[in-house]
Amino acid sequence: MSEDLTPVVPEGVSEIDIVGVRKGAFNVSGSGDTSGFGGLVTPIVMPGASPKPYGGWFDEVADEIELSLADRNLPAASAIDKVVVDRGEITFFVHRQHLAEFARVLRDEPGLRFEMCMGVNGVHYPEDSGRELHAVYPFLSITHNRRIRVEVTAPDSDPHIPSITGIYPSNDWHERETWDFFGIVFDGHPALTRIEMPDDWPGHPQRKDYPLGGIPVEYKGATIPAPDNRRAYN
Amino acid sequence: MSDVTYTTAATPGEDIFAGSYETTEGTIYNLSGGDWDSISAAPEGEKERIVVNMGPQHPSTHGVLRLVLELDGETVTDARCGIGYLHTGIEKNMEFRTWVQGVTFVTRMDYLTPFFNEAAYVLAVEKLLGITDQIPERANVIRVLMMELNRVSSHLVALATGGMELGALTAMTFGFRERELVLDLFEMVTGLRMNSAFFRPGGVAQDLPADGEKAIRDTLPLLRKRMKDTADLLIDNAIWMGRTVDVGYLDLQGCMALGITGPVLRSAGLPHDLRKSQPYCGYETYEFDVPTQTSCDAYGRFLIRIAEMHESLKIVEQCLDRLAPGPVMVEDKKIAWPAQLSIGADGQGNSTEHIKHIMSESMESLIHHFKLVTEGFTVPPGQVYAAVESPRGELGAHVVSSGGTRPYRVHFRDPSFNNLQATAAMSEGSMVADVIAAVASIDPVMGGVDR
Repeated sequence: MSEDLTPVVPEGVSEIDIVGVRKGAFNVSGSGDTSGFGGLVTPIVMPGASPKPYGGWFDEVADEIELSLADRNLPAASAIDKVVVDRGEITFFVHRQHLAEFARVLRDEPGLRFEMCMGVNGVHYPEDSGRELHAVYPFLSITHNRRIRVEVTAPDSDPHIPSITGIYPSNDWHERETWDFFGIVFDGHPALTRIEMPDDWPGHPQRKDYPLGGIPVEYKGATIPAPDNRRAYN
Repeated sequence: MSDVTYTTAATPGEDIFAGSYETTEGTIYNLSGGDWDSISAAPEGEKERIVVNMGPQHPSTHGVLRLVLELDGETVTDARCGIGYLHTGIEKNMEFRTWVQGVTFVTRMDYLTPFFNEAAYVLAVEKLLGITDQIPERANVIRVLMMELNRVSSHLVALATGGMELGALTAMTFGFRERELVLDLFEMVTGLRMNSAFFRPGGVAQDLPADGEKAIRDTLPLLRKRMKDTADLLIDNAIWMGRTVDVGYLDLQGCMALGITGPVLRSAGLPHDLRKSQPYCGYETYEFDVPTQTSCDAYGRFLIRIAEMHESLKIVEQCLDRLAPGPVMVEDKKIAWPAQLSIGADGQGNSTEHIKHIMSESMESLIHHFKLVTEGFTVPPGQVYAAVESPRGELGAHVVSSGGTRPYRVHFRDPSFNNLQATAAMSEGSMVADVIAAVASIDPVMGGVDR
C-alpha cells in the first residue's frame, strides 16, 4: 500500500483551507487490513473564507477595522489574509508582520474597544506546508459585548510571530506557554522562557510531531499499548 | 564504582548545601534556615540583596506555587511566580481520546471546579456539532444546578484556604466542613465527590436520583446558616480586616491591562459576569445579582465571594423549582450515549434492561452501542471558543476539530493561569506577609494553572 496517495480535493474547495490529510480508518499501517478502509485518503478541509456581508455586528467590526487600518496607511487587503464566519464566530486571519498594528487597532479604536485579549493558543498542522504553526488569539470587548478571533500563521522553518505583550500585557504568560508547547518565537517578548515544562526540557511537547509517550501496560496476560499506539478510529 | 567519593560534612552539624560562591555580581550565600550566623562573618556589602524562594511546597502559597521574592528588609521589591509543578499534559492527552472521554480529563484540571471545566468543554463540543439548541431543558437546569453548587463549594475552599494561610484556622475548619455538605450532594448525584465527569456532549451522564431534588432542598437551610457563621467569623473581625483591607490592591486599569476576570475584576467595581453578558445553559432566565465592591483589595474580594455564594444558592432554588421531568440527553442517537447507568446490587452499574436489549433482542442496537462507545462520534472540522464564568473568572475552551472522532487540539484559557500574573502588581512594595494575602485573594488553583 502506497503511503503518498494524494487526496481527491472536492470541487470548490480552496487550497488554503486544506490543513491536512486523513489516511486510513484505524490509525495503523501495514496490518494487512483487507477491508479497504485502510486505503482511505481524504483531505481535512477547514471552513473556508466567507464573502461579505458577514451578518449582524460582524460587518460593523470588519468595516471599522478596515477603516482604522486605512487611517494608518495599511490597506486591509494586505493585512488580512481571509475572514471566516463559522458557527456564529468570526475569525480574522492576519499576516504576521501586521499583527501588532492589527492588535493596536482592536484595542484603541472606540468603535472596536477589545479591552481584553484572552491569551494565545498554538495549533500545529504539520501538513499545512508553509503555514504549519497557527497562533489563535480570542479577543473580548466588554464595552460592546463582542468576541472575535484572530489567527496568525508561521512556517515551521521560520517560527516567528511578533509579540503583542506591549499592547496586551496579559499575553505575557500565554505567549510563554505557546513558546513552551509549540516553539513559536514571539519576537519582542520581554522574557520568552519556558513556563510549564522544566527549563532544560528538549522539544515542544504539544506539537503533533512530538510523541505522547507512555508505556505498554500488562494486565492479566494481555498487553495494552500506550494511548498513541493503540488502534483507533479517525 | 570505586572511584566515586562521597563527601560528607567536614564537621558534624555543618550543612553541605549551604555555603558561598563567587559570581561576577559578587558573593552569593546560600542559606537553608537556621544558619544565618554563617554569613555574619561576611564583610558588610555595599549592595545586599536577599532573594527568598518560597514554595513550591509551602503551606501558604495556595498549592504548588513557587514565589521568588526579592526582599529589602520586610518589604518585597520584586515578586516572580514559578509555575508548572502540576503540569500533566491534559490538553495533549485529549488528542488521543474520543470526544466523550475528554470530559474525564478536563474535570481534573481545576480540581475545585470540575463542573465548570466540563461545562466549558461540552459547550464547545456542542457548538462544533451545532446541537446547542437541542440540549433538553432538564439537562440545562441540572447543569446550572451543579455549577452553582460548585461555585459555593469552590468559594468555600477559597475562604478556607485563604483563612488558613492568614492564620484564621477556624475559617478553614468551617469552610471545609460546609464544603463537605456540597460534596455529599455531588456524590449523591454523580457518584463522585470530585472529578465527576458528569456533563457529556449532548446533556448530562445521568438524571438526578429519585430523592435528589429533596436532598438538595433539605441541605440549603443548613448551608445558609453555616455560611453565615463562617462569614460572621471574619466580616467584622479586626485581625482579618487588618490583614486584608488595602492589601493586594489592583484597580480597574490594572485589571484590564492584565486581563483579569472574576471576583478580582468585580472587586474593582466592574460588574462583568459572563452569566449576564453572554449567557449559556439558559442563565438569562434566572434572577440573580452580580455583587461588586470598589475597594480593589483582598477584603473586597472576600466580601464578593461571600455575596456570590448567596446568589448561587438563589439560583439553585430556582433550578429546583423548574425541574420538570424530561430527557437529559439530546435525541440524536448518533451522539447521545446509548444507556444510562442504574443502581445495581453493588450500588451503581450498567442498566440491565439496556444490556438485555442489546445482547438478546436487537443486533442493530448492539452494533450501534459498540460503534458509539468504542469509535465515538465524529465532529465536523472547524474551531470554536466557548467561555463560562467559573468562580475564578472566564474559563474559555478553544476546541479544534479536524473532522475525526478525537479532538485535534483543545486549549483551556484558565482564569487562575491568567490572574496569577497579577501577583507582582499586587505585592511589589508590600510586606512579605501581604504577598500571602494577595495570592490568596486571587485564589489560583494550580491544577487549573498548569493543566
